[in-house]
Amino acid sequence: MNGKRRHTGRIAVATGASLLMLLAACSSGGTSSTTTTGATSGTTASGECAAFAAYGDLKGKTVDVYTGIVTPEDQPYMDSYKPFEDCTGAKINYVGDKAFETQILVRAKAGNPPDIAIVPQPGLLQQLVATGAAKPAPQAVSDNVDKFWGADWKAYGSVDGKFYAAPSGASVKSLVWYSPSEFTDNGYKVPTTLDELKKLSDTIAATGKKPWCAGIGSGEATGWPITDWMEDFMLRLSGPDVYDQWVTHKIAFNSAAPTAALDAVGSYLKNDAYVNGGLGDVKSIATTTFQDGGLPILDGSCSFHRQASFYASNFPKGTKVAEDGDVYAFYLPGVKAADHPVLGGGEFNLAFSDRPEVQAFQTYLSSDLWANTKAKISSESTGGGWISANKGLDVANLTNPIDKLSATILQDPKTVFRFDGSDMMPAAVGSDAFWKQATAWITGQSTQDTVDKIEAAWPKS
Amino acid sequence: MEVTGKLLTMVLAILLFVAVVGLILFIAGKVEHRRGNRVAYVFLFPSLVMLAVGLLYPAARTIYQSFFDAAGKAFIGLDNYQTIFTSSDQLLVLRNTVLWVVVTPFVATAVGLLYAILVDGARAEALSKALIFLPMAISMVAASIIWKFVYAFRPDQPGIKQIGLLNQVVVWLGGTPQQWTLNAPLNTFFLIIVMIWIQAGFAMTLLSAAIKAIPDDIIEAARLDGVNAFGMFRFVTLPSIRPSVIVVLTTIGIGTLKVFDIVRTMTGGNFDTNVIAYEFYRQTFNASNQGLGAALAVLLFILVIPIVVYNIRQLRASEAR
Repeated sequence: MNGKRRHTGRIAVATGASLLMLLAACSSGGTSSTTTTGATSGTTASGECAAFAAYGDLKGKTVDVYTGIVTPEDQPYMDSYKPFEDCTGAKINYVGDKAFETQILVRAKAGNPPDIAIVPQPGLLQQLVATGAAKPAPQAVSDNVDKFWGADWKAYGSVDGKFYAAPSGASVKSLVWYSPSEFTDNGYKVPTTLDELKKLSDTIAATGKKPWCAGIGSGEATGWPITDWMEDFMLRLSGPDVYDQWVTHKIAFNSAAPTAALDAVGSYLKNDAYVNGGLGDVKSIATTTFQDGGLPILDGSCSFHRQASFYASNFPKGTKVAEDGDVYAFYLPGVKAADHPVLGGGEFNLAFSDRPEVQAFQTYLSSDLWANTKAKISSESTGGGWISANKGLDVANLTNPIDKLSATILQDPKTVFRFDGSDMMPAAVGSDAFWKQATAWITGQSTQDTVDKIEAAWPKS
Repeated sequence: MEVTGKLLTMVLAILLFVAVVGLILFIAGKVEHRRGNRVAYVFLFPSLVMLAVGLLYPAARTIYQSFFDAAGKAFIGLDNYQTIFTSSDQLLVLRNTVLWVVVTPFVATAVGLLYAILVDGARAEALSKALIFLPMAISMVAASIIWKFVYAFRPDQPGIKQIGLLNQVVVWLGGTPQQWTLNAPLNTFFLIIVMIWIQAGFAMTLLSAAIKAIPDDIIEAARLDGVNAFGMFRFVTLPSIRPSVIVVLTTIGIGTLKVFDIVRTMTGGNFDTNVIAYEFYRQTFNASNQGLGAALAVLLFILVIPIVVYNIRQLRASEAR
């Protein structure tokens, strides 16, 4: 659920469900700390604790974890900390807060940061490091990241070449949701190139059906799904190098490549023949919430919905999400079948303290042991919805087909992974102008105006 | 922090509070014997301190920040204010705020006044009043969610059911469903309706009380003179309740200037519906532009001052009667 949490979390209480959310925030905004320590250690076999021997005896020590991940997703986190607590004697104090993303900055600036914060965006991570309160990651964490992730992920957790935070969870965004039964009934094949995707869309449109459905409404974060679309096409049409230059503003937002990428998105989303299946005209994309955007697949009003792996949880209870189920997703293909660019997101464990117990816990979180523990617990208790880009993660520990698919995509050596661009851009662009102008774009503003206005919003430095 | 540590802090805080209150009472007790007026100052002191810490300092700090850049580091003078009055985005925000402040108080007050006169002395007056007063009890966010459903849009296609009340009515009348919150500037009016829905009950309650306070002999005299219903309203009711009407107008006006929840919940400030009170929050937290956010907050503060002053003066005038 990374993507969804990221965008809703970023803006505290986001959309229409505010009432419920407020209730949830009230109930979980306080401290929801893990309860027992030590008491259950008797049930843990000493063999299981062997992996924790290196951390030493941390009895009586406490580590505060602060995060935007709240109920019900918080429970698997707390449960995954249990083995560490039981074996080392340390206590992990988990605090989930829907207003995490504004509060963590306030806390860091006010000199009252938590020991560890689970930060969902590299942009926010950089802001936090800039406050001077964050501590660089210890060597053991750095080694783990070298071993289990790779240079690209390490770079997302680094600021100015200094490594701060190991990745926690991850999500795959380059997915297209579809109805497997529609494909079998009509003999459609999962497209392996962008051209095939377009051809299939045309074939479906020729039958009088609007092939695509979309929704970008997300309260004040309205517009973010379009940024994901654009990032996906940027990565596919111009390649990872130009993508990196675009994200870091080495090329202007209104230069040729980004403009072409947005136009390519427009050939789908602003195409009257393609959208908006079951939801209205092109403009209805702006007023449909992203949660509702893909639901028409279920009633057959549309065929495709491009959205991240977390979208599985948006389908009503009882929907079978599987290759032979009601809905499933395929990888949004590249220009050529051999291309494997993947857009994704993730969280990072940033420490504000270098006490031994904090460093020990950080090291545990960056290990393959934790990734597998967390994956198993998530699969058992919440039916999945959590993966990691940790190469030590055993796909067999995932039960949810979408989790399996996403983890397989992430671990594929051919995959060229890139982090969500808007999450890495400065806030004035990434969580303001980009969303706002993308929304204006879908309601009629021209591509050129849109990229020009976003470029103008880029902070001058 | 350990639980014991937290408990200790709590106990300390309580002790400190008791000590402060005790000290004030002690000093007040000492002073009382000598001079009556000084006691008031002693009791005033703590609230003055709290006002200074909780209100004056943040206000001064906000004004100070409004002269700085996005990161709050470099001094840029009046540039933020210049942005507000020159950038097309910000001008739109100003225009919308003006629309809100001009339309909402007058329409809400008018509706409330009309309702108050209509139900005055009618059967089931209490029930009718309770009905219009109910929205007042709902939070703005909840009201916005209700109206979001009223405005909800679904295309007019076979197999698709309308879920929005307004569009269902439109379909019943043979029209095509509209996206009410999408097209500027009309969408701002659809948002304003939500505010009016909330505030009309407030206006009705106050004005109804004022109407009931009009002395019977004036009304009797007017009746004997043979005024018609409109004449009664124009020459008797309205002049008698004028101070109350102004207090209601200005109170709703102040609330309207600060409108935040409705815009945030219904459109998120998109589709050209943004207003100052929401834009300053958005600039501060979404766009990380502290300077511009502070400048917008200061502007809002400046705009609200004359209304507050006028409101207080009218309130005093009406109390003096």
